[in-house]
Amino acid sequence: MPEATFLDANELVLNMGPQHPSTHGVLRVILKLDGEKILGTECVIGYLHRGVEKIGENRTYAMFAPYVDRMDYVAAVSNGLGYCLAVEKLLNVEAPPRAQAVRVILTELNRIASHLLWLGTHALDIGAITPLFYVMREREEILNIFEAYCGARLTTHAFRIGGLQYEVYEGMEKQVKAFCKMFLPRVDEYEELLTENRIWKDRLVGVGVLTAEQCKQFGVTGPLLRAAGVKWDLRKAQPYSGYEKYDFEIPTRPNGDTYDRYIVRIQEMRQSVRIIEQAVEGIPEGPILAKVGKVIKPPVGEAYVSIEAPKGELGYFIVSDGSTQPYRVRVRPPSFVNLQALDTMARGGLVADIVAIIGTIDIVLGEVDR
Amino acid sequence: MPEESKAESSQSPGKPAPAGKGAAGGEKKPPPKKPAVMETTPWESELTAQLGRVFGEQILEFASYLGQNFLVARPEAVVPILRYLRDEVGFDYLVDVTAVDYPEREERFELIYIVYSFGRNERIRIKTRIRDGYEPETATGVHPTANWLEREVYDMFGIRFAHHPDMKRILLPDDWQGHPLRKDYGILDMDNRWVKDNLGIESGQ
Repeated sequence: MPEATFLDANELVLNMGPQHPSTHGVLRVILKLDGEKILGTECVIGYLHRGVEKIGENRTYAMFAPYVDRMDYVAAVSNGLGYCLAVEKLLNVEAPPRAQAVRVILTELNRIASHLLWLGTHALDIGAITPLFYVMREREEILNIFEAYCGARLTTHAFRIGGLQYEVYEGMEKQVKAFCKMFLPRVDEYEELLTENRIWKDRLVGVGVLTAEQCKQFGVTGPLLRAAGVKWDLRKAQPYSGYEKYDFEIPTRPNGDTYDRYIVRIQEMRQSVRIIEQAVEGIPEGPILAKVGKVIKPPVGEAYVSIEAPKGELGYFIVSDGSTQPYRVRVRPPSFVNLQALDTMARGGLVADIVAIIGTIDIVLGEVDR
Repeated sequence: MPEESKAESSQSPGKPAPAGKGAAGGEKKPPPKKPAVMETTPWESELTAQLGRVFGEQILEFASYLGQNFLVARPEAVVPILRYLRDEVGFDYLVDVTAVDYPEREERFELIYIVYSFGRNERIRIKTRIRDGYEPETATGVHPTANWLEREVYDMFGIRFAHHPDMKRILLPDDWQGHPLRKDYGILDMDNRWVKDNLGIESGQ
Protein backbone atom coordinates (compact mmCIF):
# COMPACT_ATOMS: atom_id res chain seq x y z
CA MET A 1 0.00 0.00 0.00
CA PRO A 2 1.41 3.41 -0.88
CA GLU A 3 1.98 6.09 1.68
CA ALA A 4 -1.15 7.57 3.14
CA THR A 5 -2.45 10.36 0.97
CA PHE A 6 -4.25 13.41 2.20
CA LEU A 7 -7.61 11.78 1.63
CA ASP A 8 -6.71 8.68 3.58
CA ALA A 9 -5.86 10.62 6.67
CA ASN A 10 -8.59 11.44 9.11
CA GLU A 11 -6.87 14.58 10.29
CA LEU A 12 -7.39 17.85 8.56
CA VAL A 13 -5.50 21.02 9.33
CA LEU A 14 -7.59 24.12 8.86
CA ASN A 15 -6.26 27.63 9.05
CA MET A 16 -8.50 30.30 10.51
CA GLY A 17 -7.47 33.92 10.24
CA PRO A 18 -5.55 36.14 10.74
CA GLN A 19 -8.04 38.03 8.61
CA HIS A 20 -11.32 36.65 9.77
CA PRO A 21 -14.31 38.63 11.04
CA SER A 22 -14.96 36.27 13.94
CA THR A 23 -11.51 36.41 15.46
CA HIS A 24 -12.13 39.97 16.66
CA GLY A 25 -8.93 41.28 15.18
CA VAL A 26 -5.89 39.63 13.73
CA LEU A 27 -5.78 36.30 15.48
CA ARG A 28 -4.72 33.22 13.59
CA VAL A 29 -5.88 29.86 14.87
CA ILE A 30 -4.63 26.64 13.34
CA LEU A 31 -7.21 23.92 13.88
CA LYS A 32 -6.54 20.24 13.75
CA LEU A 33 -9.76 18.49 12.86
CA ASP A 34 -11.15 15.01 12.61
CA GLY A 35 -14.24 15.63 10.57
CA GLU A 36 -16.20 18.15 12.57
CA LYS A 37 -14.35 17.45 15.79
CA ILE A 38 -11.51 19.64 17.01
CA LEU A 39 -8.44 17.63 17.99
CA GLY A 40 -6.34 20.62 18.89
CA THR A 41 -5.72 24.29 18.24
CA GLU A 42 -2.72 26.51 18.05
CA CYS A 43 -2.89 30.27 18.29
CA VAL A 44 -0.53 32.42 16.28
CA ILE A 45 -0.47 35.89 17.72
CA GLY A 46 1.65 39.01 17.51
CA TYR A 47 0.26 40.59 14.36
CA LEU A 48 -0.61 43.69 16.35
CA HIS A 49 2.58 43.82 18.40
CA ARG A 50 3.74 47.40 18.78
CA GLY A 51 6.31 47.01 21.54
CA VAL A 52 4.34 48.93 24.15
CA GLU A 53 6.65 47.81 26.94
CA LYS A 54 9.74 48.98 25.06
CA ILE A 55 8.09 52.30 24.28
CA GLY A 56 7.42 52.68 27.98
CA GLU A 57 11.13 52.53 28.75
CA ASN A 58 11.74 55.39 26.33
CA ARG A 59 9.06 57.78 27.54
CA THR A 60 8.54 59.67 30.75
CA TYR A 61 5.85 58.43 33.10
CA ALA A 62 3.37 61.05 31.97
CA MET A 63 4.19 60.63 28.28
CA PHE A 64 3.57 56.91 28.42
CA ALA A 65 0.05 57.23 29.84
CA PRO A 66 -1.75 57.70 26.49
CA TYR A 67 -0.05 54.60 25.07
CA VAL A 68 -1.74 52.26 27.53
CA ASP A 69 -5.15 53.28 26.15
CA ARG A 70 -4.17 51.63 22.88
CA MET A 71 -3.89 48.16 24.35
CA ASP A 72 -7.44 47.24 25.25
CA TYR A 73 -8.96 50.00 23.18
CA VAL A 74 -12.54 49.13 24.02
CA ALA A 75 -11.75 49.58 27.72
CA ALA A 76 -9.22 52.39 27.56
CA VAL A 77 -10.36 53.92 30.82
CA SER A 78 -9.53 50.73 32.72
CA ASN A 79 -6.07 50.59 31.19
CA GLY A 80 -5.45 54.17 32.20
CA LEU A 81 -6.70 53.57 35.72
CA GLY A 82 -4.39 50.60 36.21
CA TYR A 83 -1.38 52.51 34.97
CA CYS A 84 -2.13 55.58 37.08
CA LEU A 85 -2.64 53.44 40.18
CA ALA A 86 0.68 51.68 39.58
CA VAL A 87 2.64 54.91 39.24
CA GLU A 88 0.81 56.37 42.22
CA LYS A 89 1.82 53.31 44.20
CA LEU A 90 5.47 53.90 43.29
CA LEU A 91 5.12 57.56 44.27
CA ASN A 92 3.26 56.47 47.40
CA VAL A 93 0.42 58.91 46.83
CA GLU A 94 -3.30 58.38 46.57
CA ALA A 95 -5.77 60.22 44.39
CA PRO A 96 -8.12 62.53 46.33
CA PRO A 97 -11.63 61.22 47.11
CA ARG A 98 -13.27 63.35 44.44
CA ALA A 99 -10.97 61.98 41.78
CA GLN A 100 -11.55 58.43 43.01
CA ALA A 101 -15.31 58.76 42.72
CA VAL A 102 -15.09 60.13 39.17
CA ARG A 103 -12.63 57.38 38.29
CA VAL A 104 -15.09 54.76 39.50
CA ILE A 105 -17.94 56.27 37.49
CA LEU A 106 -15.95 56.41 34.27
CA THR A 107 -14.37 52.99 34.75
CA GLU A 108 -17.71 51.33 35.38
CA LEU A 109 -19.25 53.10 32.39
CA ASN A 110 -16.36 51.73 30.40
CA ARG A 111 -16.96 48.25 31.75
CA ILE A 112 -20.53 48.48 30.50
CA ALA A 113 -19.34 49.76 27.12
CA SER A 114 -16.84 46.91 26.85
CA HIS A 115 -19.42 44.28 27.80
CA LEU A 116 -21.91 45.80 25.36
CA LEU A 117 -19.49 45.59 22.48
CA TRP A 118 -18.68 42.04 23.51
CA LEU A 119 -22.36 41.13 23.62
CA GLY A 120 -23.11 42.61 20.23
CA THR A 121 -20.20 40.99 18.42
CA HIS A 122 -20.54 37.67 20.23
CA ALA A 123 -24.21 37.46 19.25
CA LEU A 124 -23.35 38.52 15.72
CA ASP A 125 -20.76 35.74 15.46
CA ILE A 126 -23.37 33.22 16.42
CA GLY A 127 -25.90 34.55 13.97
CA ALA A 128 -28.05 36.88 16.05
CA ILE A 129 -27.74 40.17 14.22
CA THR A 130 -30.29 42.23 16.13
CA PRO A 131 -28.49 42.67 19.48
CA LEU A 132 -25.62 44.47 17.78
CA PHE A 133 -27.88 47.38 16.87
CA TYR A 134 -29.35 47.49 20.34
CA VAL A 135 -26.02 47.55 22.16
CA MET A 136 -24.48 50.11 19.85
CA ARG A 137 -27.35 52.43 20.66
CA GLU A 138 -26.55 52.31 24.39
CA ARG A 139 -22.80 52.31 23.91
CA GLU A 140 -23.18 55.54 22.01
CA GLU A 141 -24.64 57.17 25.13
CA ILE A 142 -21.59 56.13 27.14
CA LEU A 143 -19.19 57.36 24.49
CA ASN A 144 -21.04 60.67 24.48
CA ILE A 145 -20.37 61.01 28.20
CA PHE A 146 -16.68 60.25 27.61
CA GLU A 147 -16.56 62.76 24.81
CA ALA A 148 -18.17 65.45 26.91
CA TYR A 149 -15.78 64.71 29.76
CA CYS A 150 -12.43 64.51 28.00
CA GLY A 151 -12.99 65.07 24.31
CA ALA A 152 -12.23 61.52 23.22
CA ARG A 153 -14.58 58.63 22.71
CA LEU A 154 -12.37 55.58 22.48
CA THR A 155 -8.78 56.15 23.62
CA THR A 156 -9.81 58.51 26.33
CA HIS A 157 -6.71 59.19 28.43
CA ALA A 158 -9.24 60.30 31.01
CA PHE A 159 -7.03 60.16 34.11
CA ARG A 160 -3.74 61.69 35.13
CA ILE A 161 -1.16 60.32 37.51
CA GLY A 162 -2.38 61.51 40.89
CA GLY A 163 -6.00 62.04 39.98
CA LEU A 164 -7.81 63.73 37.14
CA GLN A 165 -6.91 66.46 34.73
CA TYR A 166 -10.44 67.70 34.14
CA GLU A 167 -13.18 68.70 36.50
CA VAL A 168 -16.51 67.06 35.80
CA TYR A 169 -18.40 69.03 33.20
CA GLU A 170 -21.61 70.82 33.91
CA GLY A 171 -24.52 68.40 33.91
CA MET A 172 -22.38 65.26 34.03
CA GLU A 173 -24.11 63.89 37.12
CA LYS A 174 -27.46 64.43 35.47
CA GLN A 175 -26.40 62.76 32.26
CA VAL A 176 -24.91 59.76 34.07
CA LYS A 177 -28.03 59.37 36.21
CA ALA A 178 -30.21 59.54 33.13
CA PHE A 179 -28.10 56.87 31.50
CA CYS A 180 -28.44 54.55 34.50
CA LYS A 181 -32.17 55.02 34.55
CA MET A 182 -32.48 54.33 30.84
CA PHE A 183 -30.02 51.44 30.80
CA LEU A 184 -31.47 48.85 33.18
CA PRO A 185 -34.66 48.31 31.14
CA ARG A 186 -32.44 48.01 28.07
CA VAL A 187 -30.59 45.12 29.68
CA ASP A 188 -33.96 43.46 30.10
CA GLU A 189 -34.46 43.94 26.38
CA TYR A 190 -31.23 42.13 25.57
CA GLU A 191 -32.23 39.33 27.87
CA GLU A 192 -35.60 39.09 26.23
CA LEU A 193 -33.88 38.68 22.90
CA LEU A 194 -31.33 36.12 24.01
CA THR A 195 -31.53 34.54 27.44
CA GLU A 196 -34.32 32.08 26.76
CA ASN A 197 -33.87 32.07 23.01
CA ARG A 198 -33.73 28.45 21.94
CA ILE A 199 -31.11 28.91 19.21
CA TRP A 200 -28.95 30.98 21.54
CA LYS A 201 -29.09 28.31 24.22
CA ASP A 202 -28.47 25.49 21.76
CA ARG A 203 -25.34 27.21 20.57
CA LEU A 204 -23.97 28.14 24.02
CA VAL A 205 -25.01 25.71 26.74
CA GLY A 206 -22.26 23.24 27.46
CA VAL A 207 -19.91 24.75 24.90
CA GLY A 208 -16.31 25.63 25.78
CA VAL A 209 -16.43 24.48 29.37
CA LEU A 210 -13.65 25.64 31.65
CA THR A 211 -13.77 24.40 35.23
CA ALA A 212 -12.64 26.43 38.22
CA GLU A 213 -9.59 24.19 38.55
CA GLN A 214 -8.61 24.74 34.92
CA CYS A 215 -9.13 28.48 35.28
CA LYS A 216 -6.64 28.58 38.13
CA GLN A 217 -4.13 26.44 36.26
CA PHE A 218 -4.25 28.75 33.27
CA GLY A 219 -4.42 31.95 35.26
CA VAL A 220 -7.80 32.77 33.75
CA THR A 221 -9.56 35.64 35.48
CA GLY A 222 -12.54 37.90 35.01
CA PRO A 223 -15.99 36.76 33.89
CA LEU A 224 -14.55 33.40 32.77
CA LEU A 225 -13.45 32.60 36.30
CA ARG A 226 -16.69 33.83 37.84
CA ALA A 227 -18.76 31.78 35.39
CA ALA A 228 -16.88 28.74 36.69
CA GLY A 229 -18.20 29.39 40.17
CA VAL A 230 -15.30 31.26 41.76
CA LYS A 231 -16.52 34.35 43.55
CA TRP A 232 -13.46 36.44 42.95
CA ASP A 233 -13.27 40.00 41.83
CA LEU A 234 -10.33 42.30 42.56
CA ARG A 235 -12.73 45.12 43.30
CA LYS A 236 -13.85 43.11 46.32
CA ALA A 237 -10.73 41.05 47.07
CA GLN A 238 -8.25 43.93 47.04
CA PRO A 239 -10.30 47.11 46.66
CA TYR A 240 -8.73 50.10 44.97
CA SER A 241 -9.95 53.57 44.15
CA GLY A 242 -12.60 53.42 46.87
CA TYR A 243 -14.51 50.36 45.64
CA GLU A 244 -14.87 49.19 49.24
CA LYS A 245 -17.38 52.00 49.77
CA TYR A 246 -19.87 50.70 47.25
CA ASP A 247 -22.43 48.03 47.72
CA PHE A 248 -22.48 45.51 44.88
CA GLU A 249 -22.43 41.79 44.28
CA ILE A 250 -20.14 39.50 42.36
CA PRO A 251 -22.30 37.48 39.99
CA THR A 252 -21.22 33.87 39.60
CA ARG A 253 -22.52 30.83 37.75
CA PRO A 254 -21.73 27.17 38.36
CA ASN A 255 -21.14 25.56 34.97
CA GLY A 256 -18.27 27.43 33.35
CA ASP A 257 -19.71 27.21 29.86
CA THR A 258 -20.28 29.87 27.24
CA TYR A 259 -23.86 30.44 28.30
CA ASP A 260 -22.88 31.06 31.91
CA ARG A 261 -20.28 33.56 30.83
CA TYR A 262 -23.00 35.39 28.94
CA ILE A 263 -25.20 35.49 32.05
CA VAL A 264 -22.31 36.66 34.24
CA ARG A 265 -21.50 39.56 31.93
CA ILE A 266 -25.16 40.58 31.74
CA GLN A 267 -25.32 40.58 35.53
CA GLU A 268 -22.08 42.52 35.77
CA MET A 269 -23.59 45.30 33.70
CA ARG A 270 -26.45 45.55 36.18
CA GLN A 271 -23.98 45.63 39.08
CA SER A 272 -21.95 48.34 37.35
CA VAL A 273 -25.08 50.46 37.16
CA ARG A 274 -25.52 49.95 40.89
CA ILE A 275 -21.97 51.15 41.54
CA ILE A 276 -22.35 54.15 39.26
CA GLU A 277 -25.61 55.18 40.90
CA GLN A 278 -23.97 55.12 44.33
CA ALA A 279 -20.86 56.93 43.18
CA VAL A 280 -22.63 59.66 41.28
CA GLU A 281 -24.95 60.31 44.22
CA GLY A 282 -22.17 61.50 46.47
CA ILE A 283 -19.16 62.77 44.57
CA PRO A 284 -17.15 64.42 47.36
CA GLU A 285 -16.01 68.00 47.01
CA GLY A 286 -12.33 68.78 46.99
CA PRO A 287 -9.26 68.76 44.80
CA ILE A 288 -9.03 66.40 41.84
CA LEU A 289 -5.25 66.01 41.71
CA ALA A 290 -2.92 64.86 44.47
CA LYS A 291 0.38 66.64 44.94
CA VAL A 292 2.63 64.71 42.60
CA GLY A 293 4.85 67.48 41.27
CA LYS A 294 5.27 68.59 37.69
CA VAL A 295 7.99 66.06 36.95
CA ILE A 296 7.05 62.56 37.96
CA LYS A 297 10.09 60.89 39.42
CA PRO A 298 9.33 57.92 41.65
CA PRO A 299 12.08 56.72 44.00
CA VAL A 300 14.04 53.59 43.10
CA GLY A 301 11.77 50.64 43.54
CA GLU A 302 9.21 48.39 41.97
CA ALA A 303 5.53 47.69 42.36
CA TYR A 304 2.88 45.44 40.92
CA VAL A 305 -0.63 46.87 40.89
CA SER A 306 -3.60 45.20 39.31
CA ILE A 307 -7.23 46.04 38.78
CA GLU A 308 -10.34 44.22 37.69
CA ALA A 309 -10.57 45.22 34.05
CA PRO A 310 -13.65 44.12 32.07
CA LYS A 311 -11.66 41.13 30.81
CA GLY A 312 -9.93 40.05 33.99
CA GLU A 313 -6.92 40.96 36.06
CA LEU A 314 -4.99 43.74 34.40
CA GLY A 315 -1.66 44.29 36.11
CA TYR A 316 1.20 46.70 35.76
CA PHE A 317 4.64 45.83 37.10
CA ILE A 318 6.77 48.94 37.00
CA VAL A 319 10.43 49.19 37.97
CA SER A 320 11.78 52.65 38.69
CA ASP A 321 15.46 53.53 38.70
CA GLY A 322 14.76 56.94 40.19
CA SER A 323 14.72 58.75 36.85
CA THR A 324 11.82 60.32 35.01
CA GLN A 325 11.38 57.28 32.80
CA PRO A 326 10.32 53.84 33.92
CA TYR A 327 13.18 51.35 33.87
CA ARG A 328 10.74 48.61 32.97
CA VAL A 329 7.01 48.51 32.43
CA ARG A 330 5.42 45.12 32.32
CA VAL A 331 1.77 44.80 31.46
CA ARG A 332 -0.03 41.68 32.58
CA PRO A 333 -2.82 41.56 30.05
CA PRO A 334 -5.94 39.55 30.85
CA SER A 335 -6.72 38.83 27.18
CA PHE A 336 -3.31 37.29 26.52
CA VAL A 337 -3.47 34.99 29.51
CA ASN A 338 -7.11 34.05 28.99
CA LEU A 339 -6.55 33.25 25.32
CA GLN A 340 -4.13 30.53 26.31
CA ALA A 341 -7.06 28.50 27.62
CA LEU A 342 -8.64 28.43 24.14
CA ASP A 343 -7.12 25.05 23.35
CA THR A 344 -8.51 23.48 26.51
CA MET A 345 -11.95 24.94 25.84
CA ALA A 346 -12.12 23.97 22.18
CA ARG A 347 -10.58 20.49 22.28
CA GLY A 348 -13.17 17.81 21.66
CA GLY A 349 -15.76 20.31 20.56
CA LEU A 350 -17.17 20.96 17.12
CA VAL A 351 -15.56 23.22 14.59
CA ALA A 352 -18.75 25.29 14.48
CA ASP A 353 -18.24 26.13 18.15
CA ILE A 354 -14.79 27.65 17.75
CA VAL A 355 -16.30 31.01 16.84
CA ALA A 356 -18.49 30.95 19.94
CA ILE A 357 -15.52 30.05 22.09
CA ILE A 358 -13.25 32.77 20.73
CA GLY A 359 -16.09 35.22 21.24
CA THR A 360 -16.77 34.17 24.80
CA ILE A 361 -13.18 34.75 25.96
CA ASP A 362 -13.67 38.41 25.02
CA ILE A 363 -10.22 39.14 23.68
CA VAL A 364 -8.97 42.35 22.24
CA LEU A 365 -5.98 41.70 20.04
CA GLY A 366 -4.49 45.08 20.81
CA GLU A 367 -4.05 43.86 24.34
CA VAL A 368 -3.02 40.32 23.48
CA ASP A 369 -0.19 41.54 21.28
CA ARG A 370 0.58 44.90 22.86
CA MET B 1 27.64 49.11 18.77
CA PRO B 2 25.28 47.80 21.43
CA GLU B 3 26.60 50.31 23.96
CA GLU B 4 26.15 53.18 21.55
CA SER B 5 22.59 52.37 20.71
CA LYS B 6 21.73 51.83 24.31
CA ALA B 7 23.12 55.19 25.31
CA GLU B 8 21.19 56.88 22.57
CA SER B 9 17.92 55.11 22.98
CA SER B 10 17.66 55.26 26.71
CA GLN B 11 19.02 58.74 27.26
CA SER B 12 18.03 61.01 24.45
CA PRO B 13 14.29 61.46 25.00
CA GLY B 14 14.11 61.76 28.75
CA LYS B 15 17.40 62.59 30.39
CA PRO B 16 17.93 66.13 29.09
CA ALA B 17 14.50 67.23 30.24
CA PRO B 18 14.99 66.83 33.97
CA ALA B 19 18.50 68.28 33.73
CA GLY B 20 17.12 71.39 32.09
CA LYS B 21 14.08 71.74 34.27
CA GLY B 22 15.56 70.99 37.62
CA ALA B 23 18.88 72.70 36.90
CA ALA B 24 18.77 74.83 40.03
CA GLY B 25 17.91 72.04 42.42
CA GLY B 26 19.69 69.46 40.30
CA GLU B 27 23.16 70.73 41.34
CA LYS B 28 22.99 68.79 44.55
CA LYS B 29 21.00 65.87 43.22
CA PRO B 30 23.58 63.81 41.27
CA PRO B 31 25.53 62.35 44.23
CA PRO B 32 22.62 60.44 45.81
CA LYS B 33 21.58 59.15 42.39
CA LYS B 34 24.24 56.43 42.12
CA PRO B 35 23.87 54.69 45.47
CA ALA B 36 20.09 54.95 45.36
CA VAL B 37 18.65 51.53 46.03
CA MET B 38 15.22 50.19 46.72
CA GLU B 39 14.54 50.91 50.38
CA THR B 40 13.13 47.59 51.37
CA THR B 41 12.09 46.45 54.78
CA PRO B 42 12.51 42.87 55.93
CA TRP B 43 9.51 40.62 55.49
CA GLU B 44 8.86 38.33 58.42
CA SER B 45 5.82 36.18 58.91
CA GLU B 46 4.78 32.62 59.51
CA LEU B 47 5.15 31.98 55.81
CA THR B 48 8.73 33.22 55.65
CA ALA B 49 9.65 31.13 58.68
CA GLN B 50 8.09 28.08 57.04
CA LEU B 51 9.83 28.70 53.73
CA GLY B 52 13.09 29.38 55.53
CA ARG B 53 12.86 26.02 57.26
CA VAL B 54 12.14 24.14 54.05
CA PHE B 55 14.46 25.90 51.62
CA GLY B 56 17.17 27.28 53.93
CA GLU B 57 20.08 28.66 51.97
CA GLN B 58 18.19 28.50 48.71
CA ILE B 59 16.28 31.63 49.60
CA LEU B 60 18.58 34.60 49.78
CA GLU B 61 16.28 37.30 51.05
CA PHE B 62 12.78 38.05 52.26
CA ALA B 63 11.86 41.67 51.72
CA SER B 64 8.98 44.04 51.42
CA TYR B 65 8.60 47.27 49.48
CA LEU B 66 5.53 49.52 49.65
CA GLY B 67 3.76 46.74 51.46
CA GLN B 68 4.38 44.24 48.66
CA ASN B 69 6.28 41.15 49.75
CA PHE B 70 8.86 39.34 47.71
CA LEU B 71 11.61 36.82 48.12
CA VAL B 72 14.84 36.36 46.24
CA ALA B 73 15.85 32.77 45.58
CA ARG B 74 18.55 30.89 43.76
CA PRO B 75 17.47 30.13 40.18
CA GLU B 76 17.39 26.35 40.63
CA ALA B 77 15.09 26.73 43.65
CA VAL B 78 12.36 28.71 41.92
CA VAL B 79 10.32 25.82 40.53
CA PRO B 80 10.47 23.82 43.79
CA ILE B 81 9.36 26.94 45.65
CA LEU B 82 6.47 27.48 43.24
CA ARG B 83 5.45 23.86 43.68
CA TYR B 84 5.71 24.05 47.45
CA LEU B 85 3.74 27.30 47.56
CA ARG B 86 1.02 25.80 45.38
CA ASP B 87 0.69 22.47 47.18
CA GLU B 88 1.38 23.35 50.79
CA VAL B 89 0.45 27.01 51.16
CA GLY B 90 -2.25 27.56 48.55
CA PHE B 91 -0.63 29.96 46.09
CA ASP B 92 -2.55 28.38 43.25
CA TYR B 93 -2.54 31.15 40.66
CA LEU B 94 0.56 32.21 38.77
CA VAL B 95 -0.23 35.80 37.84
CA ASP B 96 2.76 36.65 35.73
CA VAL B 97 6.29 35.75 34.72
CA THR B 98 8.51 38.52 33.54
CA ALA B 99 12.09 39.73 33.54
CA VAL B 100 14.14 42.89 33.93
CA ASP B 101 17.48 43.44 32.21
CA TYR B 102 20.38 45.02 34.12
CA PRO B 103 23.23 44.85 31.59
CA GLU B 104 25.83 46.23 34.02
CA ARG B 105 25.34 43.37 36.45
CA GLU B 106 27.12 40.08 36.13
CA GLU B 107 23.87 38.25 36.80
CA ARG B 108 22.22 40.25 34.15
CA PHE B 109 18.57 39.29 34.30
CA GLU B 110 16.13 39.38 37.12
CA LEU B 111 13.29 36.92 36.63
CA ILE B 112 10.08 37.71 38.44
CA TYR B 113 7.25 35.31 39.19
CA ILE B 114 4.10 36.76 40.71
CA VAL B 115 1.86 34.30 42.53
CA TYR B 116 -1.48 34.80 44.20
CA SER B 117 -3.46 32.71 46.65
CA PHE B 118 -7.23 32.76 46.35
CA GLY B 119 -7.55 31.30 49.84
CA ARG B 120 -5.27 33.79 51.58
CA ASN B 121 -6.02 36.73 49.27
CA GLU B 122 -2.30 37.40 49.17
CA ARG B 123 0.09 38.14 46.36
CA ILE B 124 3.85 37.68 46.52
CA ARG B 125 6.74 37.86 44.09
CA ILE B 126 9.53 35.38 43.67
CA LYS B 127 12.64 36.85 42.14
CA THR B 128 15.82 35.28 40.96
CA ARG B 129 18.94 36.57 39.26
CA ILE B 130 20.52 34.79 36.35
CA ARG B 131 23.41 35.45 34.00
CA ASP B 132 23.03 35.63 30.23
CA GLY B 133 22.87 32.15 28.74
CA TYR B 134 21.60 30.43 31.87
CA GLU B 135 18.54 28.31 31.15
CA PRO B 136 16.14 28.37 34.08
CA GLU B 137 13.83 25.43 34.54
CA THR B 138 10.33 25.91 33.16
CA ALA B 139 7.42 26.37 35.54
CA THR B 140 4.91 24.81 33.13
CA GLY B 141 4.91 21.60 35.17
CA VAL B 142 3.55 23.50 38.15
CA HIS B 143 1.43 26.17 36.47
CA PRO B 144 0.41 25.49 32.84
CA THR B 145 -0.14 29.22 32.34
CA ALA B 146 3.63 29.70 32.44
CA ASN B 147 3.75 28.32 28.90
CA TRP B 148 2.93 31.54 27.05
CA LEU B 149 4.37 33.79 29.72
CA GLU B 150 7.76 32.10 29.48
CA ARG B 151 7.62 32.16 25.71
CA GLU B 152 7.13 35.90 25.92
CA VAL B 153 10.12 36.23 28.24
CA TYR B 154 12.18 34.26 25.74
CA ASP B 155 10.91 36.38 22.88
CA MET B 156 11.67 39.67 24.58
CA PHE B 157 14.80 38.83 26.57
CA GLY B 158 16.32 35.74 24.99
CA ILE B 159 16.11 33.71 28.17
CA ARG B 160 15.51 30.09 27.19
CA PHE B 161 13.61 27.93 29.64
CA ALA B 162 14.85 24.37 29.99
CA HIS B 163 12.34 21.57 29.31
CA HIS B 164 9.71 24.01 28.12
CA PRO B 165 7.27 22.12 25.84
CA ASP B 166 7.24 24.76 23.09
CA MET B 167 10.19 27.13 23.44
CA LYS B 168 9.77 29.50 20.53
CA ARG B 169 8.91 33.11 19.91
CA ILE B 170 5.34 34.18 20.53
CA LEU B 171 4.74 37.82 19.64
CA LEU B 172 7.51 38.47 17.13
CA PRO B 173 8.02 36.62 13.85
CA ASP B 174 10.17 33.49 14.02
CA ASP B 175 12.96 35.04 11.98
CA TRP B 176 13.27 38.17 14.11
CA GLN B 177 16.80 39.21 15.05
CA GLY B 178 17.51 40.04 18.67
CA HIS B 179 15.39 40.38 21.77
CA PRO B 180 13.81 43.82 22.04
CA LEU B 181 13.46 44.28 25.77
CA ARG B 182 17.17 43.87 26.36
CA LYS B 183 18.59 47.24 27.22
CA ASP B 184 21.20 47.03 24.46
CA TYR B 185 18.52 46.66 21.81
CA GLY B 186 18.12 50.20 20.54
CA ILE B 187 14.62 51.28 19.69
CA LEU B 188 15.73 52.36 16.19
CA ASP B 189 17.89 49.30 15.43
CA MET B 190 15.27 47.44 13.53
CA ASP B 191 14.31 50.40 11.34
CA ASN B 192 17.93 51.18 10.57
CA ARG B 193 18.69 47.59 9.68
CA TRP B 194 15.69 47.35 7.41
CA VAL B 195 16.65 50.54 5.57
CA LYS B 196 20.21 49.31 5.14
CA ASP B 197 19.24 45.84 3.95
CA ASN B 198 16.47 46.88 1.63
CA LEU B 199 17.49 50.29 0.36
CA GLY B 200 21.24 50.00 0.71
CA ILE B 201 21.62 53.40 2.34
CA GLU B 202 22.26 54.64 5.86
CA SER B 203 19.09 55.61 7.65
CA GLY B 204 19.21 59.20 8.77
CA GLN B 205 17.50 58.50 12.11
